[in-house]
Amino acid sequence: MEHCAVVGIGQTQHRARREDVSLAGLLREAAERALQDAELRFQDIDAVVIGTAPDMFEGVMMPELYLSDALGAAGKAITRVHTAGSVGGSTALVASHLIHARIHGTVLALAFEKQSESNAMWALSPVIPFQPQLTAGAGGYFAPLVRAYMRRADAPRHIGHLVAVKDRLNGVKNPYSHLKLPDIDLAKVEASPMLWDPIRQLDTCPSSDGAVAMVLTDARGGAHSPHRPAWVHGGAMRSEPVMFSGRDQVNPRAGIDCAKDVYAQAGITDARKELDVAEIYVPFSWFEPMWLENLGMCAKGDGWKLTEAGVTALDGDLPINPSGGVLCTNPIGASGMLRFAEAALQVRGMAGDHQVDGARRALGHAYGGGSQFFSMWIVGSDKP
Amino acid sequence: MTRPIAVVAFAQLPNVRRDTAREETELVQPVINEALEQAKLTRRDIGFTCSGSSDFLLGRPFSFVSALDALAPWPPMSESHVEMDGAWALYEAWVRLQCGDVDTALVYAYGKSSLGNLRDVLAQQLDPYYLAPLVPDSVSLAALQARALLDAGGCSEADMAAVAARSRRDAASNPFAQVKKSRAASQLLDDPYLVAPLRKHDCPPISDGACAVVLAAARSGGERQVVITGIDHRVEPHALGVRDLTRSVSTRRAAEHAGLFRGKVDIAELHAPFTHQELLLLRELSLSDDVKVNPSGGALAANPMMVAGLTRIGEAATRLARGEGKRAIAHATSGPCLQQNLVCVLEVT
Repeated sequence: MEHCAVVGIGQTQHRARREDVSLAGLLREAAERALQDAELRFQDIDAVVIGTAPDMFEGVMMPELYLSDALGAAGKAITRVHTAGSVGGSTALVASHLIHARIHGTVLALAFEKQSESNAMWALSPVIPFQPQLTAGAGGYFAPLVRAYMRRADAPRHIGHLVAVKDRLNGVKNPYSHLKLPDIDLAKVEASPMLWDPIRQLDTCPSSDGAVAMVLTDARGGAHSPHRPAWVHGGAMRSEPVMFSGRDQVNPRAGIDCAKDVYAQAGITDARKELDVAEIYVPFSWFEPMWLENLGMCAKGDGWKLTEAGVTALDGDLPINPSGGVLCTNPIGASGMLRFAEAALQVRGMAGDHQVDGARRALGHAYGGGSQFFSMWIVGSDKP
Repeated sequence: MTRPIAVVAFAQLPNVRRDTAREETELVQPVINEALEQAKLTRRDIGFTCSGSSDFLLGRPFSFVSALDALAPWPPMSESHVEMDGAWALYEAWVRLQCGDVDTALVYAYGKSSLGNLRDVLAQQLDPYYLAPLVPDSVSLAALQARALLDAGGCSEADMAAVAARSRRDAASNPFAQVKKSRAASQLLDDPYLVAPLRKHDCPPISDGACAVVLAAARSGGERQVVITGIDHRVEPHALGVRDLTRSVSTRRAAEHAGLFRGKVDIAELHAPFTHQELLLLRELSLSDDVKVNPSGGALAANPMMVAGLTRIGEAATRLARGEGKRAIAHATSGPCLQQNLVCVLEVT
């Protein structure tokens, strides 16, 4: 397989409503920043891969058809990926396959969501024949899983709040972050309204408008990169069914298998020790300890202990979500690619104020559906 | 040099105007089972799976999530989805196989075009700021293109009627086709216009359907197989005003990159939902008169959205496997007036 390098990364200012730009304008903002970082132009791009969550979120069917003009795709290949919440990660992986397979030399990967165009709660609550209606959006779906985790791991109630505070303080250091809550503390999270027990308002992610873009290229392109590239050391996707009797949604097997696959590709045997930083998809604060266990970074039942001990803080020995993560910025379709891109920024040493000192190997993680779709990559400073 | 990938199985549902009884899982399951059976593989033998569908057709988000249940994806599997025609899912699977670490892939697509008013639904594909508010429906946009082609002398209404008559006549021998009857081309011209210059016969039927393809790394050792020797896809600007609607430069470009012009073609399965689009594509692809065009009846005989493009690849491969030719082109399209096009070249080796 050809080597794949990330040589350009761009993201928008994320806000609740980006009424100053159209859908195309939002994507251009991210794409132009990524191209600028790579010191390339639209003409240098061979193909475009674009991902977003359900088309209902913006009310445009297959928006890549309309967006192809703004993305300079005319005459080129454009592919639209949709794998639920993991889509941002999957989009990056589909783009990386075009490089690995030597189909194209340089690919622009983008992901976006303009949540203000629609109402995600509505779009996430369809009536499906023979299935219970999910009337409370994602929070209503995931809260019972959090309660199950707390019971299984015997986790104290404040753990989620610790994550909520940590990620928001990290987000203050990230200039693109949607939420900026420098005064947040445990008491404020505990006092925020209860939405879906045990998830309080400050334990949840915001609804954001935003986009992210990455320029992926081959070994030759990586060698000519004006800034240090991030090299792809491994990538994997896994899917499992929504429901069947006995399915463990708290610690889903698709996540375990996906992590094992990506670690094996990167030659990692001890993720906790060998990874310097991870950007993982945490839309509700409790998912940090839950995913730490699912990702094999600690023993089952110990995830919350890592969080409580400060291991996952920016200055801890395994910083999780130094960018502020999904809890600060959630343009749904882009949230996964933001994790992948932030992981790449870390190993490029270009994360600014939220840079983890000496980060050389990082995990990007995304999940979607009812904790059933996973995509992950590992990127490193060194060419594999 | 790309890795040769063989099309080893293809299964489709009989296309119908309205499948009221089955939801997506039930549409997809029979074709997946049949394709795997043909390929003598089980789900666990499959290295990568990719599907194509559209939420807007089903009228609800994440419809592909339910379809996934048809696969019983347990233990979890490596899987992806494109919000596009299944032909692009096949492209993604082909790329994945080029990486060399997996050897088999399952591709499927499903579409229930009947659930909403399709012409209005497809209008939601348009530029949401400048075009969609005018609600130009899909047939009217195609009519605009047909008018441009007629005015440029690229075809006549009689040529278009001949395409319709031939397609539906050929469809009579295709057990999966939905529209199988046609009057003589000369009689068709007596019909009133639906949206001038298109008559009803110039337009595709509205179809519900599903299909599945199994791909595998080609075997060495001289075994007879149908191999993808080239595949490429390209898009054109969305704004109709900046395109020459009488051309399909993206199809031409994709065909060049897929190596179509390196040899003679016996069979062409073109995804041309409207009669004038077949004539336009034939010219763009420089296909000679002795090429068998759309022997299945094409999209004029059955046009399940998100499926019809992948079906073209499956039909072409099946006919080559049956010995009806040595080399074929399969084409898929997406978007208004052939905005995006994929070309797949298949050969018997």
